[in-house]
Amino acid sequence: MNYTEFLLWVRGPAFHFATAILVLGLTLRFLEMLFLGSPRQYAAVRSNGIAGGIRTVISRFAPPEPGVFQRSWFIIVAGYLFHLGFFISFFLFAPHIILLKSLLGVSWPGLPAPVINIITIISLFAMITLLINRWYYPVLRFLSDFEDYLSWTLAFLPLFTGYLAFHHIWLPYPLMLALHILSVEILMIVLPFTKLIHTFTFIIARWTNGARAAQKGVQV
Amino acid sequence: MTKQPTIGESLRSQGISRREFMKFCTTAASLMAISPALIPQLAKALENTPRQSVIWLSFQECTGCTESLTRSHAPNLESLIFNTISLDYHHTLQAASGEAAELARAEAMKANNGKYLLVVDGSIPLANPGYSTIAGMSNKDILLEVAQGAKAVIAVGTCAAFGGLPKAAPNPTGAVAVQDLITDKPIVNVPGCPPIPIVISSVIAHYVTFGVLPQLDGLKRPLSFFGQNIHDRCYRRPFYERGWFAESFDDEGAKQGWCLYKLGCKGPVTYNACAIFKWNDAVSFPIEAGHGCLGCSEPDFWDAGGFYQALSVPLTGTATAVSYAMVGGAALGVVGGLLNRQKKSEAKQHHEVVSIADLKRT
Repeated sequence: MNYTEFLLWVRGPAFHFATAILVLGLTLRFLEMLFLGSPRQYAAVRSNGIAGGIRTVISRFAPPEPGVFQRSWFIIVAGYLFHLGFFISFFLFAPHIILLKSLLGVSWPGLPAPVINIITIISLFAMITLLINRWYYPVLRFLSDFEDYLSWTLAFLPLFTGYLAFHHIWLPYPLMLALHILSVEILMIVLPFTKLIHTFTFIIARWTNGARAAQKGVQV
Repeated sequence: MTKQPTIGESLRSQGISRREFMKFCTTAASLMAISPALIPQLAKALENTPRQSVIWLSFQECTGCTESLTRSHAPNLESLIFNTISLDYHHTLQAASGEAAELARAEAMKANNGKYLLVVDGSIPLANPGYSTIAGMSNKDILLEVAQGAKAVIAVGTCAAFGGLPKAAPNPTGAVAVQDLITDKPIVNVPGCPPIPIVISSVIAHYVTFGVLPQLDGLKRPLSFFGQNIHDRCYRRPFYERGWFAESFDDEGAKQGWCLYKLGCKGPVTYNACAIFKWNDAVSFPIEAGHGCLGCSEPDFWDAGGFYQALSVPLTGTATAVSYAMVGGAALGVVGGLLNRQKKSEAKQHHEVVSIADLKRT
């Protein structure tokens, strides 16, 4: 298999397979969650919970209480830089927008490549420092399991291979592009069955917690 | 058979001056990325070498490769190169036909056995030998016969190099490339649909001068011409960087000469020298003319996801995969959900009632 055939394979059958597993996995996991149902409410609900749900979805973007940021500022800042960097480089890089338009039918303006380039570097740097931090602190290292390292690797590789492909570093561009797409496909396949599913569930989880909390208690 | 004149003798007999000859040697050395120190060696080799016997076989092809080589402006390097070789057999260009033509081939093969260069354009059909024949011989048979006594094989054009258009799905003729059949001879692929004339002639010049084929990449293409991709050398690259793309062939972006990535340009994955040497005496090349690169020097370019589909767009079939996956996921989700409920309900039934007395310390 030469690199052209490899690229066609990752753009064709491999992408279809990965998308199918992602969709199958997400549908399966969401239905399982749906079937869990809601706990029985023994008291009259305080409110419909909508306001509480929205409030929690937003409030949890910020550190929960004073002092937490001072104690863990590094993880919070680096975590934000990585997540925002990943989000921006994925959703605002022109070739990605074309891909998403072909799948979803909607399009939006992108950012110039040099901007994406800087954001990707910051994001990669943030990820590396977070990994070092994870190793450096014994408690964090003790709490980390295989899934944590797998998640880090699967999130790191698309950014890293994308950066190398864009700059035509190391391997011929078609091969590096194929590896970049393949790294995303592996991420898509693993995502629904690991903690990486938080990409889709974090808003639902925040909403559910916020809404249920808002339903409890005495009406005022 | 009469003694073959040397290249120098041949050029002088056609009135080409020493100055013109040295100019050619300098340009050829530059094109092939050869050190300027080797120019005298190049000149000496070309001067004293007998004209290289070349047998050119055309199989499933459109003659575009020959057109590319012969229709270039004159006088130029290509015509000069053609003067340095003895083209002993070429369907389209030779005057002889029928048995006389085949006799010329047989004579050239006999006289230069083990020394002649075999140039092939077109792919070889294997599904049925009758799809393409020359003088009653199948393409495969004639290729194997001629390749046996060849010193090296140059596959000119994407059809000969990788199968090209005839090999496009569903490949009705069972077309294969030269390298699929010839495995015991040095092969150089000069792909392109058609290839750039200077690339064909430079490879021949390199072989005539040094007696070896030039340095090749993983797909057996000369590195000096196929070492860099179109995207890296494209004059529209700054617009790609800025994110300025033509959305259609007649919008404002197209008129302003913005990047053609969204219109399916395959420049980023295509290795060729079009953006450097250009066509029609370096006048223009497809991207400069307003059309994206088709990637014609890459294997299977015909089936690479549509000429007008952007490179980052997946090949068709995603919607079907998603439909099946949703149905499968929904079925598994319902079954999984019900099983979880059943498990929960069974666990509830088996709960033991614990009273405060049970919790007392014993």
